[in-house]
Amino acid sequence: MRLQKNTSLALYSVLEFAGAPERPIAAAEIADKYGVSAHHLAKVLAELARSGILASVRGAGGGYRFVGNAKRLTLMDIIQMFEDFADPPAQRSASDTATPVDEALRAVLSEIDENTKATFKSITLATMMRLIERQQAAAAASPERTK
Amino acid sequence: MVRPVRRGDLDQVIDIDATVTGLEKRKYWLSVYRRYGSAQRDEQQFLVALAHGRVVGFVIGEVRDWEFGSPPCGWVFAIDVDPQARLAGVGTRLLQAISARFRHIGVRKLRTMLALDNTLILSFFRSQGMMAGPLIALEMDLDS
Repeated sequence: MRLQKNTSLALYSVLEFAGAPERPIAAAEIADKYGVSAHHLAKVLAELARSGILASVRGAGGGYRFVGNAKRLTLMDIIQMFEDFADPPAQRSASDTATPVDEALRAVLSEIDENTKATFKSITLATMMRLIERQQAAAAASPERTK
Repeated sequence: MVRPVRRGDLDQVIDIDATVTGLEKRKYWLSVYRRYGSAQRDEQQFLVALAHGRVVGFVIGEVRDWEFGSPPCGWVFAIDVDPQARLAGVGTRLLQAISARFRHIGVRKLRTMLALDNTLILSFFRSQGMMAGPLIALEMDLDS
């Protein structure tokens, strides 16, 4: 599946912040690392700050700092701030006008949606950071990858 | 401490399960104990975690050979921790203990299955490093 650009940016950002909760990180640092517009990123970070996941830190050496609970916040908590999980308009047929084809397709797409939601809801930021560490360890151990 | 279950642990296991599920399933647990608890085979494991001499959690699993088209694989089909004893690493120690026992007999894959809406246990397994496997659970109603 594909996530919207803002959602991906939010996930990357939150993982950066949660990985270094002890220090404020400037938006420009993350924008540089991921090759995105600082202006665009600023809007995403502002949204994360409004939700209480990040706190802004003013002054020299400022930026944002992670103030959430990495063991409780899930990928779904971040994603649903930027993605709409409601059925698209074409699928919102009234039950009395839905055809058998509508219903059969809806059942299949619903199966995929429910799996997707369950996956996002079950992965906390802490679990995600452990996954990242495993990837880093695998990359370090693989001579082909480091060439 | 984690060790194989003993007959005397069963009441506490039943209590933990009843606390979590709201159902006391004594007959069920007696049959589970007969199958897995007194088993002489390393392929069947029923382990309990103890704290201050009291059972605070359990894990049950079995190696299944070639079922669902899968090479021998260790399955965890039950794990639970007394709600009063959670967030202390008990679940982690139980899963590590059963994994170690399966690893010892040559098993290299651990699987489990659970309800999509069981977010708590799903999160736990994921926190232990488990990811979605290649199998999918399907079901259908059997009309009378």
